[in-house]
This record gives sequence, structure tokens and C-alpha cells, in this order.
Amino acid sequence: MKFLDEYRNQALAADLVSKINQAATKKWTIMEVCGGQTHTILQYGIDELLPANIHLVHGPGCPVCVTPLEQIDKAIAIASQPSTIFCSFGDMLRIPGSKYDLLEVKAMGHDVRTVLSPLECLTLAQANPDKLVVFFAVGFETTAPANAMAIWQANMLGLKNFFVLCSHVTVPPVVAAILQSPHNQVQAFIGPGHVCSVMGLKEYESLSRHFRVPIVVSGFEPLDLLEGILRAVIQLENGEAKVENQYARAVNNKGNDQAQTILQDVFVLADRAWRGIGTIPKSGYKLAHKYRQFDAEYHFAIDSLKAEEPAECIAGKILRGLAKPYECSAFAKTCTPEKPLGATMVSAEGTCAAYYKFAKFSLAQN
Amino acid sequence: MTTFQKSTLSPTNDLQVSCPLPFSRSNLIRLGHGSGGKLSADLIENIFLPALGNPILNQMDDAALLTLADHKLAFTCDSYVVNPIFFPGGNIGSLAVHGTVNDLAMFGAKPLWLSCAFILEEGLPIDDLQSIVASMRDACQQIGVQFVAGDTKVVNRGQADKIFISTSGIGVITGQQIPKANQAKPGDTVIVSGDLGLHGMAIMCAREEIELETEIESDSAPLHELVQSLLAATQSLHCLRDITRGGLASVTNELAVASGVGIELDECLIPIHPQVKAACELLGLDPLYVACEGRLLAIAEANDCETILEALRQNPLGQKAARIGRVVEDHKGRVVLRSQIGGKRILDKLSGEQLPRIC
Repeated sequence: MKFLDEYRNQALAADLVSKINQAATKKWTIMEVCGGQTHTILQYGIDELLPANIHLVHGPGCPVCVTPLEQIDKAIAIASQPSTIFCSFGDMLRIPGSKYDLLEVKAMGHDVRTVLSPLECLTLAQANPDKLVVFFAVGFETTAPANAMAIWQANMLGLKNFFVLCSHVTVPPVVAAILQSPHNQVQAFIGPGHVCSVMGLKEYESLSRHFRVPIVVSGFEPLDLLEGILRAVIQLENGEAKVENQYARAVNNKGNDQAQTILQDVFVLADRAWRGIGTIPKSGYKLAHKYRQFDAEYHFAIDSLKAEEPAECIAGKILRGLAKPYECSAFAKTCTPEKPLGATMVSAEGTCAAYYKFAKFSLAQN
Repeated sequence: MTTFQKSTLSPTNDLQVSCPLPFSRSNLIRLGHGSGGKLSADLIENIFLPALGNPILNQMDDAALLTLADHKLAFTCDSYVVNPIFFPGGNIGSLAVHGTVNDLAMFGAKPLWLSCAFILEEGLPIDDLQSIVASMRDACQQIGVQFVAGDTKVVNRGQADKIFISTSGIGVITGQQIPKANQAKPGDTVIVSGDLGLHGMAIMCAREEIELETEIESDSAPLHELVQSLLAATQSLHCLRDITRGGLASVTNELAVASGVGIELDECLIPIHPQVKAACELLGLDPLYVACEGRLLAIAEANDCETILEALRQNPLGQKAARIGRVVEDHKGRVVLRSQIGGKRILDKLSGEQLPRIC
């Protein structure tokens, strides 16, 4: 298929693999930031094709996985209220809260719906003036502009029954947090292609300079990732540390002006808790004061909930690249996609779910 | 206004009250249509018998009387709850006939008789029921099967979603070859009869109201003739499965487990309709897990591969038939996929359901 098969060409892939083999003389640890990139790596068996001295670790770039338990519990509390229509992207519905997940809330008879776009919620709100329509806004800088647009439009339309439970997070602060961690092993990053298509490269240039770390912003197809890995290895071998843009077909230096403008209008930076990692200052967005009437946390006044993670789950280590899923005692035993202990087992982009889906447990055990 | 005819009531006369039947005035299914009374009778006389009637069904007895000489029989049952009930390429009625017939066909059986139970939601437009029954009639005529038993129930609005259909089917096995799930052997070839994923994506696009440049049509079709031509072409047909819920990945996993063998698939050889591929990319789905309703998977001796492909390609439903892999000694009970770029991974059973990716 056009624009897809070109990036999945076997001969070109073999050529890149052999170039990585030649370039890599030492042992290197590289983290791909995005969950989508992790998914491609496992789906196409890229990790199996790489030489043994290239160690890939999987980053925190799955928005579903890093949404803290307290926030899920808040979503469940709001969704359980009568006359609420609670809307979310599909993956969020299966994330276990402290007691149950949103799908179970739906099964109990509450109105919980999957939407493909936040703008659908505006139509819903208009069609159901006697209901309160709440959208669970999660995601990185990629999903944030569309969600900001929904809030902006709701304001223009004068909607009084549309609310957003905002749980947006941003990539650069968590990359910095990983690099500052005393246990950090990551030597180079495959940067988040789609996030950079919105935000541009500037923030990554400061990260790269400050921490002296190579960052190759890459796409999501197999050849994108192989090329990104090759460029990262070459930088590491040469002792360089700069930002390279492998994904030039989607990313430019400045990013998307219009998207950045609406983000700045609707949101302000806020401290955010990351599931399994902890609170990182100014690592996410909340609604700006002038849009406060759309903020579900403000409207529903849900008390801050105290939630405890299952002790067995090592999602935090996995999200920081310190452990592989099969090193967890619960993996594929008490924790499966049908009955996940932690969020990394839920989303298709979660590292544990990807390892489970592509059956890495048996390869590791055999 | 309801009017009562003047009647001459006497102890010996039946009550001759004529209340205009709501049937003629309302186009919606009501609870009375499942009462076993007049409305039920109307439904049978006006909708079901004209479309599906035959000498056996027309007897209207509590059970169908079937006669067969000394034959092996295949017997199956299934139920249909698809949403939406009408979709590009078919509807719940044609799907119910095809699905039941295909289950019989996969056993090498010639499908003969079907039964059908309708569970209708109060408020279903009778026109919709009529269209569904008409497409069941057309499917039966095309295949040469008869509905010989049926039942209708109506439930309150909200207690079912428009219409559910439950079927069973009987077929007769005339040949010696009975393909079974546990007969795959190392060295065998793995073949699919056409491109994958059309039914699942047609439903998904209709349900989510996703508009693509060209509409994806369901592949729902009866496969009994395709199977008969396969059985005529080769003596070495070991396994046969229609690729339905869970798609190719689930079917190959079931066969690998049942036969205690490994299966190796080559992603480059697996035919996937370009529209399905595009829609899957858009929604973040894996086409190998998407359902078909008119495709089969055959496992047979490798020597017969070309003969089988030729036989399949003679039939319009098998034109895109392709060899997609082989059966191996290694990794017993598991399916390994050689990816488009040459990496290998285990193709596992589906966990839960496929959900759209969020970024």
C-alpha cells in the first residue's frame, strides 16, 4: 500500500540492520520514548533483528499507562453519577481503578461511551441538554491540541453541559526525569515523532545539550525505527550528542504553529503525577482559568482520592526502562491483559501488553 | 375507534369478535407478535411462510419430520447478534444462513436443513424483518437448503437489540474425507481462500460511521461449493476452518493447539484487501485478528498445494486463494509470523477485543 509498504521494505530493512551491526562496536542502551514505537518494534520483531550489544528499553510514552490511579478513580466517580455521559478513548475504559474499571461502571448501567474524537462529545452535549457530558482528556502533546479545540469550541458554542477531566502530560519533563534518575541506564533516545510534529525540535535540543544525550526524532514504521537506531548508534560511537530529525516527512523545527497557539490559549502547565514514576513539576496541562467552567474536577468537586497500587506490579520500573516485563513475577501469571494489575498491561501501547501480545514471555523462557 | 361486529353469541358458538388487528395499522413488532396468538399467526403467515416455506415447514408441527438413509450427519448451532443488523454486503439474515452453512461445510458436509429462532425486540420495524427474511430466503435458494423448524419470541424494548437470530443446521456427509482440527502434520501447507478482514471492517466502519473513499463490503458468502471442489481435487485435506471471529490469528492458533504442531506464516504472502489494510492502519487494528464470513483456511499435504490452489481459484469465492505458510515440528501449539521486514514474532491468540489506539 502506498506510503506504508515503502517503510516496511525487507531489503532496505536488512541493509539498515547490517549498517547497525557495522556501526555498533560497544554495548549501547537506547530508549524509544513512544508507546507506538514500542508496538512497532515488537510487532515487526525489530528487537530480534538487532545485534546483541544494542539494548532497547521502552519508555513512558503511553498516555494510558502513565495516567495515575487517583485520576482513574476520579473518572470512575464522575462516570458513576446519575445524568452523566462519560466519554473516553477506548483504551482508558479497561484501565483498572482501585476497585473496578470504567467498563464495569458501564456494565452497572451507567452511560460510558467510547469516542474517536473529543469533538463528538460536543455534538452529544448539544443533543442531550439534560445530561452532563464529560470527556476524559488524556495523552501527550499529540492529542492535546484536538482536546483544546473541543474546549475552545464548547466555549464559542456557550455549552453549559460539557466538561473535561484533564490528565494531559508532556514528554520533555519525563525524559529529563529519567536522565536525572540515579539508576538511569539510557544513553540515547529515539524521540517522539508525532509529539515533535506538534511541538517542533526546540525542547529536545535543550534536553540534548543539557544532558549531553543523542536524541533522534523518529517515525513509527519499521524503517523509521531502524534508521533512528542507526543514527543514534553512530552518534554514540562518535561521542556526539545532538538532535537529529529522522521523521522529516512529518516534523519540522518549529512544529505546528496553530496547534501550539490553541494549546497556549486553553491550557497552562501544571505539576502532574505519573503512574509508577511520581509527581514531576510542570509536566502536564490543566485548563486555563478562563476555561475553568469546563473543568470536570472544578465542577464535580471530587475530593482527592487515596489510591494504592498493587504491591506486585513493577510498572514504574518498566516505564523508566529499568526492567523488562518478563522480569516481573506477576507477568503473564497473575497479570494479563484480561486481568491487568497495572496500566502497562492494558493499552496496546503499554510495554507489558505488547510483550504479552507478541508472546515475549515464551521467547524469554525458552 | 375500535368496533365490534354484531355477533350472535350462543353457548355453542365460538366468540366471533372482530377487532381490527393492529398488524395492518402498525409497522412495528409488538409484544403480541410473540404471544402465540393471532399476531404470531399473522407473522408466520405473512412473513415467514411466504419466504421460507417448504413442504416440511408448511406442516407447522411441533417438530420437523426428516428422513435420511444410512448417512453420517453433521449438526451445528450458532447465534447472530450483529450490530448494525444491515451492513454493506449483507444483513443479519443472510449472515445467519451463511454462517450456519459454512460450519457444516467445513466438515465436508452437504448442508440440508436449518432451524431458526428469532428473538425480536418490541418496536422492530416489520419492514426490516421482512427484508431480513427475504435475504434468508435468497441465501437458502442459492445454497439449496431448507428451513424446517422455527420459533419467534418478542421481548420488551431494551431487552434485546432489534433482532437476534439463533440457528442450527444439519448436513449429510457423503465422502470419506472429514477434515478435522487435529489432523495437521509437519510439512503440510497452509492455504487461505481469499483476502482477509472484509466482514469485520465492513461492520466496524458501519458501526462507527467511518466513511472511506470506497465502501468496504462484507465477504459474507456460503462456502459449501468451494469445499466440495476442494474435496474433489485432493485426498489430503487435513484441516478446514472458516475464518470468523478472531480472524486468521485465532484460527491458526486453534489448529496448532488441536494438532500439537507449530504453524509458520509469512506476512508477505497473506492476502489482505487494500481497503481493509488502510482502515486497520487508521484505527490501529491488526488485520490478522479481523473476522471474515466467506473465507476458509485449509491445511493439506504440501504436494497437493498447486492442485488445491487451482481448484479454489476456479470458484469466484476462491480467486485470491494463496499459500501463506506451513506446518512445522517446532514450537508446538504456537503460530510464528515472519514479519514483512524479516523479523519473527509469535502470533498469539487475541486478548480481549481490539480497541482503537489513542495516539
